[in-house]
Amino acid sequence: MSGAEIFLRSLDAEGVEVVFGHPGGAVIKIYDEMARIKPNFKHVLVRHEQGGAHAAEGYAKATGKVGTVLVTSGPGATNTVTGIADAYMDSVPIVVFTGQVPTQLIGNDAFQECDTIGITRSITKHSYLVRDVRDLASAVKKAYHIARTGRPGPVVVDLPKDVLLAETEFEYPKEVNLRGYRFKDKGDEAKIQRAAAMIAEAEKPLFYVGGGAVNSNGADVLTRIARKARIPVTTTLHGLGAFPENDELSVGMLGMHGTWYANMAVQNADLLIAVGARFDDRVTGKLESWAPHAKIIHIDIDPSSISKNVYVDCAIVGDVLDALTRLEPLVEPCNTGEWLEQVQAWKEECPLMYDHEDGRLRAQYVLERLRRHTKGEAIVVTDVGQHQMWAAQYFQFLHARTHITSGGLGTMGFCFPAAMGAAFGMPDKTVVSVSGDGGFIMNAQELCVAAAHGLPIKVVIINNNFLGMVRQWQELFHEERFSHTDLSDTNPDFVKLAEAHHCVGLRAETPDQVDEVIRKAWAVTDRPAVMEFRVIKEEMVFPMVPAGASTNEMITKRLTPDAFV
Amino acid sequence: MSEHDTLTPQQILRKKAQGEPIGPGEKAHSHRHIIAVLLENSIGALNRVINLFSARGFNLESVTVGETDETSVSRMTIVTTGEDRIIAQVSRQLNRLVDVLEVEDLTSEEYVERELCLLKVSYTSDNRVELLDTLKIFNGKVVDITTDTMTFELAGPTKKINAFIGMMNRYGIEEIARSGRVAMKRALLFGD
Ligand SMILES: Cc1cc2nc3c(=O)[nH]c(=O)nc-3n(C[C@H](O)[C@H](O)[C@H](O)COP(=O)(O)OP(=O)(O)OC[C@H]3O[C@@H](n4cnc5c(N)ncnc54)[C@H](O)[C@@H]3O)c2cc1C
Ligand SMILES: Cc1ncc(C[n+]2csc(CCOP(=O)(O)OP(=O)(O)O)c2C)c(N)n1
Ligand SMILES: [Mg+2]
Repeated sequence: MSGAEIFLRSLDAEGVEVVFGHPGGAVIKIYDEMARIKPNFKHVLVRHEQGGAHAAEGYAKATGKVGTVLVTSGPGATNTVTGIADAYMDSVPIVVFTGQVPTQLIGNDAFQECDTIGITRSITKHSYLVRDVRDLASAVKKAYHIARTGRPGPVVVDLPKDVLLAETEFEYPKEVNLRGYRFKDKGDEAKIQRAAAMIAEAEKPLFYVGGGAVNSNGADVLTRIARKARIPVTTTLHGLGAFPENDELSVGMLGMHGTWYANMAVQNADLLIAVGARFDDRVTGKLESWAPHAKIIHIDIDPSSISKNVYVDCAIVGDVLDALTRLEPLVEPCNTGEWLEQVQAWKEECPLMYDHEDGRLRAQYVLERLRRHTKGEAIVVTDVGQHQMWAAQYFQFLHARTHITSGGLGTMGFCFPAAMGAAFGMPDKTVVSVSGDGGFIMNAQELCVAAAHGLPIKVVIINNNFLGMVRQWQELFHEERFSHTDLSDTNPDFVKLAEAHHCVGLRAETPDQVDEVIRKAWAVTDRPAVMEFRVIKEEMVFPMVPAGASTNEMITKRLTPDAFV
Repeated sequence: MSEHDTLTPQQILRKKAQGEPIGPGEKAHSHRHIIAVLLENSIGALNRVINLFSARGFNLESVTVGETDETSVSRMTIVTTGEDRIIAQVSRQLNRLVDVLEVEDLTSEEYVERELCLLKVSYTSDNRVELLDTLKIFNGKVVDITTDTMTFELAGPTKKINAFIGMMNRYGIEEIARSGRVAMKRALLFGD
């Protein structure tokens, strides 16, 4: 059997459902065999390899399974680099198969050669260059195993052309044998007991929940513990949905653009229970003054996350679901009455809010209407910028895996292809893609792919005719010099753009048009419906902790720029 | 009011635990560490380890690598400096690599270390004897000689090599090649 066929049969043996790929010379044999043997998985021909990588991420985040990408050598491989880096930063399990020039030409500056393994070394969990067809099936097996287990992440498998042409017998290995690869998924019992004791003693405890809780499917047990013990919950951007935000114990997102009351809770808590969260600088601001009174319990599967940024008093190295399941019976209702009253008072003192009396259209209003319409049941995928933060603030997430975004790398252009990947993975769910006018353009080519596959994705473009997030910083910290952030001259007509890609295009310019556009978009069932919302450019995301500032210096409303010098 | 007074007890505890300075006059202490790493014997594995140091901004003073008694396993000896918090990260990050089998910070235990040095020095009939005497004191060997240069081989702890090079400086050193350190935990048969 040829290496190319072995590759395809290995993917089938691995249970792969969908592959996002783009052909080229180095992988032409794979595509040829694909036409011949008709594997079980669906191949989606993306129109840019970056889109393919983000689609695999979206698929992985929505389903909890491993996403798969297949591209050719050289430019095909380099086009996936941003997606690989994004998956690395956000711990997303994907496997990227890249074609490579024949082994005897490697290093010769051969046509479409690049050192894919070298280029991706620092942004992959692991990688393989398969030099012998007899190692191919086992490399595939190992790649999926590594991507999926422990702290998930991207794995690259580089496939030289001669290896794909070579012949050998096919046998998919049943087990992986990786003597150097260890991860600890069971936290120490003593630490779990200690955590329970710390929780029992705390007067002002707070759950600080991140992407690891979602990844481990720990949301339900977390919710049960928080309710049983009466402990308020804040989540990171990636933790959104791990705890229902309509619960009175929820204080929403913390950090740079988190709610004022979540950050107040952090600054006053005497115990933080960090669950699969990594103390990112967008969360902590100036480290020294963050959570100054809190002892910290940290549950994380990756020992290198522990005490990386903030010293942790009780570290439970292991899987969130396992640790919380064992913690649950040890936790008793806490004496948090006063603390909860205080938290509630903060919520009332400074809720999320925006102006809406002047009748002009704002992103927050659009997102609130969308939230009413979807009732927390849709999968919401966002891009990077102001609209991303407003979506995090205003959507109100109720279930794990219903919020997908690029947080660590902050990749503009992530959103639409990721939404497409989510739609392939979860065909029964409504998928809403929320981008800005700047970022949408960065991978808009995938619209026609989604249209070709009849995916009824609801595509929201929050068009402020600006690189809004950069504009916000320019207004606040750079004396309103709006250098190269005005897009009004270069933005396309988004309705026509949608139509040119075989999608439905809709537009709203005033608040009273919003519901109608949403209604029309939801009526479309056989292709993406693109909704352009023309919002005002002056709006800024608040609250805000300026970069590097202490969480105590949070700006809750619009102030004059002088306030920051 | 000094900054010390404004820290909460929890903040002071964190700083102490991470070895960070607390009072105004204090400084964080950086130490040299020798870390032994057992890893898969492949270029890819080696690359990943080296890459980790540059990608994460860890300091890397020297690296040696060679096969072990098992041909599929190689052993690296890495010399790095950093505050305790950083060194803890170095070892956790190394452990995270799929091809790394074992990581051991030797500096936290009793260990022996050796380095090999080849040193070419020019000589004249006037200083030849003096040079050879010095070499003898350091337990070195002559491995090559021409009419005007001699090449010495010297093995020992890095300090000894440094001292020897210091002695040779005034004779006109032509070339030096050092291996970097290799180290091993002591067996400690008569430990306390
Ligand atoms: C413009 C912009 C603004 C932002 N503003 C904010 C903000 O205001 N607030 C905010 O929170 N974020 C914000 N972010 C996102 C931020 O940059 C980080 O990406 C995010 O905070 C990290 O989330 P996390 O801590 O949940 O970690 P993740 O990146 O989701 O990491 C997950 C952690 O869980 C661990 N883990 C994984 N699986 C398991 C398992 N099975 N069991 C146990 N542990 C596991 C991992 O080891 C890791 O430590 C912003 C991003 C952008 C682009
Ligand atoms: C690929 C990439 N380039 C640049 C940036 C820097 N950046 C962050 S937000 C932003 C503006 C995004 O503008 P838009 O997509 O219109 O969203 P808005 O902030 O206006 O909602 C930019 C340029 C980035 N995150 N990613
Ligand atoms: Mg914009």
